[in-house]
Amino acid sequence: MRAVVWQGPGKVSVDNVPDPRILNDRDAIIRVTSTAICGSDLHLYDGYVPEVVPGDIFGHEFMGEVVEVGRGVTGLAPGDRVVVPFPIACGACRACERDLWSLCENSNPNAGLAEKMMGHSPAGIFGYSHLLGGYPGGQAEYVRVPFADVGPLKIEDDLTDEQVLFLTDVLPTGYMGADLCDIAPGDVVAVWGAGPVGQFAAMSAQLLGAARVIVIDRVPERLALAKDHLGVDVLDYEETSVLMELRELTAGRGPDHCIEAVGMEAHADFTPLHLYDKAKQLVKSQTDRPQALREAILACGNGGTVAVMGVYGGFIDKFPMGSVMNRSLTIKTGQAHVHRYLRPLRDRIRAGEIDPSYIISHRLPLEEAPHGYDIFKNKLDDCTKVVLKP
Amino acid sequence: MNSPEQRIRRLVTRLGWTSVALGAAPLVKPREVARAVGVDDDPRAGLVVRMVGARELLHAALLLAGPVQTVWTRVAGDALDLALLGGAARSRSGARRTRALTALALVGGITVIDVYAAARSTRRQHGGRRPGPLELRASTTINKGPDEVYAFWRDLEHLPTFMLHLQSVDDLGGNRSRWRANAPLRRRTVEWDAEITSEEPGRRITWTSLPGADVPNSGTVHFAPAPDGHGTEVKVVLHYDVPAGRLGRAVARVLGEEPTQQVRDDLRRLKQVLETGDLVRTESLPEGTDARRQAVQRPAMAEGDQR
Repeated sequence: MRAVVWQGPGKVSVDNVPDPRILNDRDAIIRVTSTAICGSDLHLYDGYVPEVVPGDIFGHEFMGEVVEVGRGVTGLAPGDRVVVPFPIACGACRACERDLWSLCENSNPNAGLAEKMMGHSPAGIFGYSHLLGGYPGGQAEYVRVPFADVGPLKIEDDLTDEQVLFLTDVLPTGYMGADLCDIAPGDVVAVWGAGPVGQFAAMSAQLLGAARVIVIDRVPERLALAKDHLGVDVLDYEETSVLMELRELTAGRGPDHCIEAVGMEAHADFTPLHLYDKAKQLVKSQTDRPQALREAILACGNGGTVAVMGVYGGFIDKFPMGSVMNRSLTIKTGQAHVHRYLRPLRDRIRAGEIDPSYIISHRLPLEEAPHGYDIFKNKLDDCTKVVLKP
Repeated sequence: MNSPEQRIRRLVTRLGWTSVALGAAPLVKPREVARAVGVDDDPRAGLVVRMVGARELLHAALLLAGPVQTVWTRVAGDALDLALLGGAARSRSGARRTRALTALALVGGITVIDVYAAARSTRRQHGGRRPGPLELRASTTINKGPDEVYAFWRDLEHLPTFMLHLQSVDDLGGNRSRWRANAPLRRRTVEWDAEITSEEPGRRITWTSLPGADVPNSGTVHFAPAPDGHGTEVKVVLHYDVPAGRLGRAVARVLGEEPTQQVRDDLRRLKQVLETGDLVRTESLPEGTDARRQAVQRPAMAEGDQR
């Protein structure tokens, strides 16, 4: 089959690789009909995530048709059309029972490695480094889905691939950002990042009753998309001082809640702090550049919540803990517990309340994945989201 | 975050960066370095200084990218540097001699650190454990009741499904059992008999090997209700009477580089089997969790023919 294979920092290719096979009784093999490139794929692509090996197949946002199921799979049969959550979860451990699906205790066979770096191990994730399992991803013609009786959600009505594809990751991730904030009526919510997760976080904050939502980015077409499609306020951080503007917009209080949808490769102005971050990242004494996170903390109003949905891989410096502690901020974060949000969000899509497909800017054949990574990473050609068709 | 292994790794990494600095200077400014160590009067000094710099960068590459034991290469390099500087100091006088002696003292100081790191790095090779009784502890929490977990373990023939180094355990009756495990190079099998010496159903099993075992060993596994009321805390304590010498090293190899990690992985597999019904496998680890395979993993793609 053909699959998107990582070759080294900044390089992927579409190669012939062996077809996946059933390894466990609860596996299913899916023929992928649509798959997307995620902003977090870019962190792997750029080589900032540890334990990514040349030859790894990428991709954790994918959907398709079941072609084969193991003997232990119930409720799923060849021919079923499914979307697949990006975290792999067994459904039987304590974490799964507590609705914390991205913390499944059984799905990461490399848990020993993850424990060395993180203390304890989270769940395995498709196509997302060997630290999180070493599972081949779904940017391919076929993919093996473990615990197929737990994760995949059947799509039985006439919703299109593009309407439901983002249930796999970016929609629930954005939604969880807003959900973690416990938004009360009248709250002002600021969102860092107008990429797909930021868009859906802003949309979800509106759905959950925020009185006002402000989105911060620097890419004009992404800000325009948020403004036009969602009707939120936008700030271009290259044009203005975000901290000052947010103070003004909230009459000095600061946003009640902040959602960080940027992560470890934050772009920043050409400041000494940015150079410091970049230099430390290059010599591997800091793995992540947390500029957006620092700003979200400083901006957040007293007693507010900072929900971190942007992906971090390792360690950060110059973390304003004094601001967090003295001002009673709450930091909430996590890889999205997709299984928790899958059905409610599917229902909202079905009811016509939301249509996540508006973020798609490019539809490419799988063979053009290297081009897709390039334009998405470098924000060329007004790229906001790339959907690949195997 | 502060095990002896991590401390030594950190030290070796720092020494690696020191090598970068010590290697860069002679390559970028060979003449200045030659003057600083008092050998600028020798026409060959430029070449020698550059070669020392290049060698230093080789140390840096090895130390930063390789295992901690590569720090021994620095010790060898130090010996060479001390010899060169000693020769230089002997054949000179005045300010040059003072500079050479100062350099000699500095290199001597670094040598002490290198030798310390090298000695520690080698001790770590066998899990930081000197020959003698070896105790391993590991624990996990399983989302099943103590009676069920106990019953699964008590059927000793289940053990090889989650204990990777075991080939088989046969129940011989009368609390006795025969254990077969993979020997170091997997060319032969080691066998021993064991006996359950005491147990409390649903709470604890204790066993010990019978006379004649190559490596006398014993162990206890405790099963206790988890505080949440429906899980089981499983705690394992294993004792190996590891002899000195070759056999001891062989035992260390059976147990792997990090014996505790292996026991922990055994328990992880037990949890997988009891909670999900099977070992969790990936294309990179088709046999499931295996500490010995974690260091070098095949890419995340299926094995087999390309189609």
